[in-house]
Amino acid sequence: MSFVRSLRSVLAKRTSFPRSVKHLSSNAAQQQQPARASSGARFPGADQATFVTTPKLSLPESIEPIPIYRVMNNEGVIDDASQDPNLDQATVRKMFRDMVLLNTMDKILYESQRQGRISFYMTNFGEEASHIGSAAALSPEDWVYGQYREAGVLVWRGFTISDFINQCYGNAEDEGKGRQMPVHYGSRKLNFVTISSPLGTQIPQAAGAAYAFKLQPDNKRCVVTYFGEGAASEGDTHAAFNFAATLDCPVMFFCRNNGFAISTPSTEQYRGDGIAGRASGYGMAALRFDGTDVFATYNATKLAREYVLRENKPIVLEAMAYRISHHSTSDDSTAYRPAEDLEVWNTVEHPISKLKHYMIRRGWFNEAEENEYVKATRKQVLSQINQSERIPKPDWRELFQDVYQEMPVHLKEQMREMEEHVAKHKDHYPLKDHKQ
Amino acid sequence: MSFLAKATAAVVAGSLKNVPRTELMLRHSSHFVYQADAKAPIEGPTQKMNMFQAINQAMDIALEQNESALVFGEDVAFGGVFRCSMGLQKKYGKERVFNTPLCEQGIAGFAIGVANTGAKAIAEMQFADYIFPAFDQIVNEAAKYRYRSGNLYDCGSLTFRAPCGAVGHGACYHSQSPEAYFAHTPGLKVVVPRGPNKAKGLLLACVNDNDPCIVFEPKTLYRAAVEEVPVAAFECPIGKADVLRTGTDITLIGWGTQIHVLQEVANMAQKQMNVSCEVIDLVSILPWDKETVCNSVKKTGRALIAHEAPLTGGFGAELAATIQQECFLHLESPVLRVTGWDTPFPHVFEPFYIPDKHRCLAGIRKVIDY
Repeated sequence: MSFVRSLRSVLAKRTSFPRSVKHLSSNAAQQQQPARASSGARFPGADQATFVTTPKLSLPESIEPIPIYRVMNNEGVIDDASQDPNLDQATVRKMFRDMVLLNTMDKILYESQRQGRISFYMTNFGEEASHIGSAAALSPEDWVYGQYREAGVLVWRGFTISDFINQCYGNAEDEGKGRQMPVHYGSRKLNFVTISSPLGTQIPQAAGAAYAFKLQPDNKRCVVTYFGEGAASEGDTHAAFNFAATLDCPVMFFCRNNGFAISTPSTEQYRGDGIAGRASGYGMAALRFDGTDVFATYNATKLAREYVLRENKPIVLEAMAYRISHHSTSDDSTAYRPAEDLEVWNTVEHPISKLKHYMIRRGWFNEAEENEYVKATRKQVLSQINQSERIPKPDWRELFQDVYQEMPVHLKEQMREMEEHVAKHKDHYPLKDHKQ
Repeated sequence: MSFLAKATAAVVAGSLKNVPRTELMLRHSSHFVYQADAKAPIEGPTQKMNMFQAINQAMDIALEQNESALVFGEDVAFGGVFRCSMGLQKKYGKERVFNTPLCEQGIAGFAIGVANTGAKAIAEMQFADYIFPAFDQIVNEAAKYRYRSGNLYDCGSLTFRAPCGAVGHGACYHSQSPEAYFAHTPGLKVVVPRGPNKAKGLLLACVNDNDPCIVFEPKTLYRAAVEEVPVAAFECPIGKADVLRTGTDITLIGWGTQIHVLQEVANMAQKQMNVSCEVIDLVSILPWDKETVCNSVKKTGRALIAHEAPLTGGFGAELAATIQQECFLHLESPVLRVTGWDTPFPHVFEPFYIPDKHRCLAGIRKVIDY
């Protein structure tokens, strides 16, 4: 700024038009200033940019792709000891078991949808480490806005098998009161904002929540929002990135880049350097890492969390992974990708297998105990399914509640109308399935 | 938001200080004569204010009363293109009154997130015409937050403000009245003030209400509408219509600027046809006051609904259908709607588009002569 002012005074003293910008830039005042300001570009829209005298295309290929941070390889070996988060055995074991729990629950609920017992399901196969690793690095007070494939974050925070399964059944124990499709979880207690289906909508909301937290005295809380690389194409993602950057919001934009949005490969989703590559365009920090490596995810999230809270600035995190799952139970992914690709990700590159190798190396893995854990989890999930199936659905009148905080007159009238109708036509409605 | 928006705003709200008010109205709002409220909504000292000043005062009170309250949108920091947020940033700081990037879906999503935490969000859409990029956030997110989460989360502490309605020369994108789009969305509350008192009271009611609200402010009233407004804080109830004039022969229903057209039409009908009109300002589009409307129509036996928005799918259709259902035995003629045509809002043809007093009066004649 001071240089700009001095340049102006130089210009003001001249009686004729300056001979050239180059000439001006060689004067004494310039020598104390960084070279970039020397060309005197004063356009407010890009006040750091300099002039050049030949046109220079800024080509995407001239930009180095953001590297993928990794802590351990697929045999559980940590390449650089300084990057070992040195988590204690109990923590690592919880990470492993939470990933296993998620994986086990997914397999059974997927099958139960296939048997027509629940209407819909989405598994998390291949992305377990990105959920658990990031959740472990957060404070439980941090708010989470998710997309729908982040159930592991809830597992880490203490959402129980019965919480998950009751939501999928929409029974009277579901805190969401049976109003949304399966896997649309939410928990006030665990600071996990209820999932909704429209993609990308949660991302600017997360920025708004982070802004509100920032203004609270002694704020120690940030916000993390998860989304896939497909959702990153939505306008809301652009809105969120730009709002968070310009309004200095302590929010982490956690992109799960798993290579596919339903059938659309990421090559048809964008042409730039993934999602992390967009951050600099918004003036944001970015970090890309191996989302199948629970330690890389943990370290990255921890570093990012410290950064956003210290600076009150946002960051883009990009967890690279592979969606081993079909998109959902309504999708057969063999229709658009080869089975061989899947095989690699399902075995040597699988997040659970990587952590298992690490634990074996540390002598922390007890085959028998873990097999027992899987068996016990299976049993628990199956018995919960039986139980959840038997719990009645909420009172059907819940259909009218919570549209507003208080029910307005017209909704009361509509509820009464339905009550009278149901009373007269009982046989045509599944009343026995609902709490009376 | 377009470049034009600002140009229009400047003409509407800008430096017209030296232009006499009558001339101003002739030039910009020739289709109505503003009629101030007969009495102030509460006791106590009042101050003469136009509508943007009343809105400004309401936001000032909201910011004062709620430490968490934030005011934001495009260009609100310097006072807003319609002057509604003048002086607020200076008084409450850049962190509480601020500009956002130019992106309506971002403003709406950001506002929802602020409200999720319990903080008050007062977000401005520069023109109601530009609220559509935020439609998804408002309809799929804001409106359904409480319901879909089983009341675990909500965004009830948010209020959207959006200038709406005809302004004389606003054409396609500075004139729209999009209330009917939102009336079809359970979970929202939608209100339209007819002047300064109503604007202040409704805005404060919306800010303090625990559901997401939209206030559509008829922009032509920002400067043209002047009346005595109580200085203290007060609220006008959401969901309650006002009977502004009692009558016996026909019920006229409208909201926003159209109320002033209907008031004039009621005078004309009395004088020219000896017809006694009851005029109802619906005030609240969602939820709307069925009881007041239907009681009136049961008494008069006739109803005319007038709104600037197009006929087909307009909110008048909802009113007409309900009146027909509730007042069938009392009706002496079909319910008539006098509205904007089923076209985009035109520029030079505005005088032929709007449901002006002549069309409304002709409508009354038709209903009375039925």
